[in-house]
Amino acid sequence: MRNDLLTYLEELKKRGLTSDREERMRAELATEPDGHGLPPDNPTQDGEVGRFSRSIYADGDLLILRQAVAPGLSSAALAKSLDELLERDRQREQDGFPRKIQVGKLVKPGRGRTGKVVVVPTTVEEKLFHDPTLRPSGEGGASGGTGDGAEGEVIGEQPVREEGQEPGSGPGQGEGENHELESSAYDLGKSLAEKFQLPNLKDKGKKRSFTRYTYDLTDKNRGFGQVLDKKATLRKIVETNIALGNLPDVADIDPTRFLIAPHDKVYRVLSREKDYEPQAMLFFLRDYSGSMAGKVTDLIVSQHVLIYSWLLYQYGGQAETRFILHDTEAKEVPDFYTYYNSRVAGGTQVSSAYQLVNEIVSRENLAKDYNIYVFHGTDGDDWDEGGEKAIPELGKMLGYASRVGVTIATRGQDGTTTVSRYLNGSGFLRDKAELIRLDVIQEDADEPRLIEGIRKLIS
Amino acid sequence: MELINQHTKRIMEGCKERARAAGLSFTDESLEYVVTNRDLLELSPKVMIPTLYDYWVHDVEVLREKGKYELYPHNPYETVINTRPPISFYNDNNPDWLNVMIFYHVLAHIDFFQNNLYFRHTWDYDFTGQALSDKRVIAKLRAEKGRWVDYVIEFARGIDNLVDFHGDLVDIFTPPEAECSSRLDYYFDRFLQVEKKVSVSDYIKEINRYNDCLKAFGEQGEKNFFAEAELRYPELEAHFARSGESQPARKRDLLRYLLDHSEFLARDENVWMRSILEIVRKTSLFFQPQIRTKIMNEGWASYWHERLFLLDDRIKGHEVDFARVHAGVTSMPRVGMNPYALGMRLFNHIEEMADKGRLSFAFQRLLDADQRKRFDSGAATGHDFIFTVRENLCDYLFLKDYLDQAFMERHKLFVAGKRLDRQRMVWQYYVKSRKAEDYQQMMLNSLYHPPVISVDQSKGIEGSLYLMHTFEGKQLVREYVANTLLGIEYLWGGPVYLETSEAEMVAAASSPAKQDETREEEIIWQRVLYSMNEKVLSKKKL
Repeated sequence: MRNDLLTYLEELKKRGLTSDREERMRAELATEPDGHGLPPDNPTQDGEVGRFSRSIYADGDLLILRQAVAPGLSSAALAKSLDELLERDRQREQDGFPRKIQVGKLVKPGRGRTGKVVVVPTTVEEKLFHDPTLRPSGEGGASGGTGDGAEGEVIGEQPVREEGQEPGSGPGQGEGENHELESSAYDLGKSLAEKFQLPNLKDKGKKRSFTRYTYDLTDKNRGFGQVLDKKATLRKIVETNIALGNLPDVADIDPTRFLIAPHDKVYRVLSREKDYEPQAMLFFLRDYSGSMAGKVTDLIVSQHVLIYSWLLYQYGGQAETRFILHDTEAKEVPDFYTYYNSRVAGGTQVSSAYQLVNEIVSRENLAKDYNIYVFHGTDGDDWDEGGEKAIPELGKMLGYASRVGVTIATRGQDGTTTVSRYLNGSGFLRDKAELIRLDVIQEDADEPRLIEGIRKLIS
Repeated sequence: MELINQHTKRIMEGCKERARAAGLSFTDESLEYVVTNRDLLELSPKVMIPTLYDYWVHDVEVLREKGKYELYPHNPYETVINTRPPISFYNDNNPDWLNVMIFYHVLAHIDFFQNNLYFRHTWDYDFTGQALSDKRVIAKLRAEKGRWVDYVIEFARGIDNLVDFHGDLVDIFTPPEAECSSRLDYYFDRFLQVEKKVSVSDYIKEINRYNDCLKAFGEQGEKNFFAEAELRYPELEAHFARSGESQPARKRDLLRYLLDHSEFLARDENVWMRSILEIVRKTSLFFQPQIRTKIMNEGWASYWHERLFLLDDRIKGHEVDFARVHAGVTSMPRVGMNPYALGMRLFNHIEEMADKGRLSFAFQRLLDADQRKRFDSGAATGHDFIFTVRENLCDYLFLKDYLDQAFMERHKLFVAGKRLDRQRMVWQYYVKSRKAEDYQQMMLNSLYHPPVISVDQSKGIEGSLYLMHTFEGKQLVREYVANTLLGIEYLWGGPVYLETSEAEMVAAASSPAKQDETREEEIIWQRVLYSMNEKVLSKKKL
């Protein structure tokens, strides 16, 4: 594989490559042997250096003396408050104060539980206080220690995490905080739609509507209606008669002596029922090449979770998802966990992912029954300089997709990347603006920016 | 929440007798509750005070990553709260021997709360009772004013670390006879010395003249004294008025300052906000001594639970169980800090030093290591001495005064450092220093220390509030400046300025394209002025 890529790289070089680009590609290639492994389920404990940055105020008697575990909030407690919180936040804005609740802070989802993300609505109580984190890079602060060892002696080591921060800060690492709250993606989508007033989807018309109604005798009504529910009626009558004292001996019941009130008659009435059927198929494509290390991946994945949640809500929980990862080759992964956590490595070939989507769609004949959405996240780097392979595949995709959204997270460059260049060059963005959207975000984008991006990709 | 059963309460009362006999002192009554995890969920956001006012942030998961303990200067899982009577919380299924240990720990905490002078202002009332009435005030206001109550709570809490706790202590401990008028302070401290620069003999003459006046005229002495002084210095009164000291204001207590001087809060329609500010300020002041005595308090409690447990005749046979739990609580970690372990060892160390008479000049002037080692005057005053320490010190002074090289060596302490090995991309933990002064400095740096932000009304424009952050080598968390100032602006009712210092990371020349290249950065401090006007934040360099 590596040799293939090297040959490919040589080939590209012959066709003309700037030294800068070649260097980037070689750097990407160098990460290839690392593979796309998943992080271990239980990250190894940091051992004896684990307490290094623990504050002296972190320990309380209750937990230390009783050796108890700090209780976490339950999702039930949250469910009640989430709506109230959002309402409160909206009110804040109307009153002229900035919003304070952040929804959609993601802690990593568990393995195999597709459709579940962990959502922590959080807030910060801002105060003026000293910033303890400011120090020259390469310095990690100081703490206390006990035991043997001469001055200068190294007593422990810990690998630098990709993000260089605490566990739980991004994809591919760490366990969630134990304060996390579980909420389904559906709830997140709901709150997104409500909180940020994301637009509702327009019915595409050419596809079937995604809810339909059937009429069934399901509702019950007392006193009048279409069909008498005999069993329920009899039950009511017995109840009434017991209450009236008209049923002295349960062993000897004489139905002829029953008093029957008109209100005891229970009828079935015809009512309208919603009937859902799976209507949306969402493809999430993520570039996990070596150049995607760090924050960009975090951004892309966060945005994809938000999109997923929002569409799930839009389709009344009836959106199906497919996850595709690509470097120079694309592969489909079974669940969101793998999608979210796979490590970045290797080179980049965007067309491979598009090709795979096209294959899946034609093989399973998805275009007929589904609204198909394709979301692709990348840092905009592609070894396929002119998009010779990617553009035709994309063109094919636009033939059936309801919307293709490409997110490019750039690293502080001026926003022109290989992918954005050939997308612009292809004219799709102009001619088929209804079908394809491009969103370029900077590496330091925050959550509101991501949500703004969704609006751009979907509306 | 339920009270503990009679059997357990009897054990507690037994512990009280033994603790009193050992010299601890505390009030007779105490309340012990059994709490479930569900209770804890409700209690912990309210800092274990069951009657604390309701606030929506208590129901949300608050993001507490950065500067957690700077923002929330109290641990949500404390067992004992400093109320009258003191309340403590327990599991319902603890074995008796464990309860005995925890009871001693709790009693030592209560003793600490009730005898350490930093807690003096909490001695005269019951905080839970106070909190209950405050909660009712807030509930009533909420019924009238709706969500605006929560905004005011939010803005007030945003500055609840800027209260002048030490200033309040000074007021408590300054004897009334030491008080003198601000005019007199100004005349002797500033006017004569700084402005007139009079000679020492003239200065002493003035003091004598003042004392003579007091003697001759009693109550009227000061008036007569100044009548004569003004003949000599006709400008005195004008200078005094200009100095601003005629209206002494707590300049380091922003909440107090807003309460006293904000015209916005003085308006009839806004007067209700004052009660909220008062409540938030009072709550903050209540918790201040607790965070400033964490190491001492836990050390004191660990010292006593160890000592009293081992003397207790009721728990024979559980020594090994105790040893396991006790070691878990008070062992020094290889890396990291443990207030229980450090405080307990330091109290032991101080006691031993005092017992041998080493806290004396005679010992301190000894230079010979061997003589120092053998020094023992037989003073045997350790027991009394640690009681004095627990009465008079806070963490800062505790560490500053008693953490010495002998203590370091005895417990093999060192400062652990963390540095980046760029070749192998690992964080390395290493022994940075074994010097007592370095360890002390590291500990002192990790203590709670809110920024010193004082009001300076000689600057800024008419109607504005000018805040001056005293630079102590650290910058404020920048993301939080905007919303905090927004809240202050609301409460002040006019533009707010904040003068502070900010770090600029200056990278020594490197190309941004190469991420992995070693980047040398240094910090340059820059004085900046934030201004918040009509909810718009701007910043300029000074």
